[in-house]
Amino acid sequence: MELFKKNQNSQPDQRKKELPDGLWTKCNNCGEIIYIKELEKNFWVCHKCDFHFRILSSDYIGLILDEGKLDEYDGNLISADPLEFKDSKRYPDRVKGAIKNTGLKEAIVCGCGTIDTKPVSFAVMNFGFVGGSMGSVVGEKVARSIERSLEKRIPLIIISASGGARMQEGILSLMQMAKTSSLLALLYDQKIPYISVLTNPTTAGVMASYASLGDIIIAEPQALLGFAGQRVIKQTIGQDLPKGFQSSEFFLEHGFIDFICHRRDLKKQISSLLNYLKVQD
Amino acid sequence: MQYLDFEKPIFELEKKISELKEFADGEKLEISSEIKILTAKLERLQREIYKKMNRWQRVKIARHPARPYTLDYIEALATDFIELHGDRGYGDDKAIVVGLATLEGRRVLFVGQQKGRDVKQRQFRNFGMCHPEGYRKALRGFQLADRFKLPIVILIDTPGAYPGIEAEERGQAEAIARNLREMCRIRVPIVVVVIGEGASGGALGIGLGDKIFMLENSWYSVISPEGCAAILWKENPQEKYETAADALRVTAQDAMGLGIVDKIIPEPLGGAHRDPGKVMDLVRKYILGALEELERIEPAELLAKRLAKYRKIGVFEIEKEN
Ligand SMILES: [Zn+2]
Repeated sequence: MELFKKNQNSQPDQRKKELPDGLWTKCNNCGEIIYIKELEKNFWVCHKCDFHFRILSSDYIGLILDEGKLDEYDGNLISADPLEFKDSKRYPDRVKGAIKNTGLKEAIVCGCGTIDTKPVSFAVMNFGFVGGSMGSVVGEKVARSIERSLEKRIPLIIISASGGARMQEGILSLMQMAKTSSLLALLYDQKIPYISVLTNPTTAGVMASYASLGDIIIAEPQALLGFAGQRVIKQTIGQDLPKGFQSSEFFLEHGFIDFICHRRDLKKQISSLLNYLKVQD
Repeated sequence: MQYLDFEKPIFELEKKISELKEFADGEKLEISSEIKILTAKLERLQREIYKKMNRWQRVKIARHPARPYTLDYIEALATDFIELHGDRGYGDDKAIVVGLATLEGRRVLFVGQQKGRDVKQRQFRNFGMCHPEGYRKALRGFQLADRFKLPIVILIDTPGAYPGIEAEERGQAEAIARNLREMCRIRVPIVVVVIGEGASGGALGIGLGDKIFMLENSWYSVISPEGCAAILWKENPQEKYETAADALRVTAQDAMGLGIVDKIIPEPLGGAHRDPGKVMDLVRKYILGALEELERIEPAELLAKRLAKYRKIGVFEIEKEN
């Protein structure tokens, strides 16, 4: 049996840790000094330059799902240490640290909810948890989210934020790309819509698997998107990268996303899309 | 012949023996007995060094400049090879080879990354690093094979998908992602052999299949040891390649232990380049064996099995409720 519990208010608010203390903060992009209450009212978007501050899975749940309610599934899956991986820290200690810091169990939260009363299978990633990286747990939770879509014949919405596959699980992480993408083949054949939302950043192994396979792909403005890391590209080609390289706008220009959407309009746009893209018999 | 740092004692001894042989050439008995002693010593030394190779040393063997590449295998294994070019959208990626060929009477599609042997060829092949059009050329091949019921043989040998500006502009991530999905919709048997380097998404982008084999000294992981070291040990990454290779568990033996690989194809002592003919024979045998088994399975069942194989990959824990 799946674990079934209300997600609402189950996550401690992380913004206090991510943003400097106090009532005011500075925009990372334009340097504008913003009153935090104002920022919050504006969906954590800079009123001057539209820079989208990174927010938490709980924020997206509140923003997109009706009454901010997600019936969470698989919240009890936690990382093992199949490689007994150790760098400056042991991998289990790294995961424990992330759990403590974020109040989350893993880099993705999954479940079911409704968007303007339309039921969806919903998954949202957390960059704050080991860089939003995909190991066995993220792969399994995405797989189960796809399976819930298949079983209940409801659309799939995934909000990605990830630096890629989780190095500490080696080839097992790599294979999560195959696991998630192969299940999406079933969704594709079953004509069940999948909307992929890309937030800052969505790169590497996640971008090269389920994040790129939406029937519709939406990105938040100015997000970093792409396959290869900028340091590696710079090293390989031996020159500086053009301005705006690997941004949402760059991806739109090159034809790899459908449109860029301001955070405040995400729910409205997803809801409209779902009115057009109905599950087919 | 080129040798790797840890092979130096072997090559010094080999050189000495061949010099002695030249000198002896029908000469005195003492020399030939010395050759015998040295040859025995050489065999001991080879066993000592090659049997105890660590992971980083195996990575070096996997990258050995004399190691057989995709086209060497196709030439040795198949007849009537007809190479197919282009993705029908942008161009022809020379880092990947796609073609029709006959393998002991069986008509198949070959797909594999191709590295270059000399400086010019290396550049021409872009070191076996694909651009998006390479993955799309491969997909064109897979779909052709699907329509005309040709089993697919894939040879993996890449240091990674190319990290460049144009590759991003043309959708490297999309190309790989699409292949991962579409390869689960191809209704013919797919046999994959990692013959050298299996670096991350660049390898997996043509690597989904029904049977996955690795050559004994090939490697396959989510990132190269160098890439891993650069991320985790920023101050002195060059000194940490061996540590990174161990931490990532990059070898065929590791992948087998983690349940990712079906079989390991043994190599001669010292690596595939030491006796390519022997390796080719074995690779042929493994591929034919796999095809024979897979061809008996109905397409729908084949797809279900392929999906199930990937569905179960992953190691995690289920936390007990408090
Ligand atoms: Zn701003």
